[in-house]
Amino acid sequence: MSEVVERVKRIVIDRLGVDEAEVTLEASFKDDLGADSLDVVELVMELEDEFDMEISDEDAEKITTVGEVVTYIQSHT
Amino acid sequence: MFASLEGKKALVTGASRGIGRAIAVALAEAGADVAINYSGSEAAAAETAAAVEALGRRAIIVKANVGKADEFDAMVKEVIEQLGALDILVNNAGITRDNLIMRMKEEEFDQVIETNLKGVFNGIKAVTRPMMKQRSGRIINISSVVGVLGNPGQANYVAAKAGVIGLTKASARELASRGITVNCVAPGFIQTDMTDKLPEDMKESLSAGIPLARLGDAADIANAVRFLASDAAAYMTGQTVHVDGGMYM
Repeated sequence: MSEVVERVKRIVIDRLGVDEAEVTLEASFKDDLGADSLDVVELVMELEDEFDMEISDEDAEKITTVGEVVTYIQSHT
Repeated sequence: MFASLEGKKALVTGASRGIGRAIAVALAEAGADVAINYSGSEAAAAETAAAVEALGRRAIIVKANVGKADEFDAMVKEVIEQLGALDILVNNAGITRDNLIMRMKEEEFDQVIETNLKGVFNGIKAVTRPMMKQRSGRIINISSVVGVLGNPGQANYVAAKAGVIGLTKASARELASRGITVNCVAPGFIQTDMTDKLPEDMKESLSAGIPLARLGDAADIANAVRFLASDAAAYMTGQTVHVDGGMYM
């Protein structure tokens, strides 16, 4: 479980260029981490590759925080 | 004269004949490996491939109807698998179903929009993911002078080609932050099979409106595309380059 958190964090840090300390489970991609809509799409793409899964556009729209991504991945892999 | 495309991988739609073939060859001349898309004649596509290979570059042939999103997606996947990357997409494939508006059938309108406009959208969408990942890419869409000037008897074609210019601008703005440029080339009256089919009176009236007083050659278009595909055009996006002997200015 914590492994998923670490992998998600690494991707978020790498993709959005933010500090590790900012990437809490509560952090919102758009409000706290400065992501624009294209960043979020890219993030989803990267997560799909990393975890070898498909995240539908509908589901992707509902994901707004780091914690939600982790929960989503844990319940879909 | 031109920046090199050494090591770049390109996909040119509708590259079996005419302007598409000239573009494929020009990109190969500049050093790119080229995927040649066709929908009808495999033999013609093979001739383009032979011309690319004669220049010492790699060529692959991919059949796909660009108007179908799933076919375009599958084509892009295959090109990346075979060539290892995709740096340049040239949306060139186009058809005509000319008719006066009063006589134009719904399917004539739809077919041209599907191939010439939606086909470009399908292409942009299909390459966005790989190009965003590599943080670079060149998309060049082929419009037409009639998309800017209008032309009687071509309501479907004109609408599609004008749409391509708008689509170019929208996608240029959307993808600029990811290092992907999207530009457009609007050919004038170029000597190809497509323009050979035009009625004589239309050819005459079109020719009369060309300040440089001659038809263009497919190579004239290919030169502009080669420039836009290169690093020399790195600071251009969302633009339409008019290569039409001065018809539109």
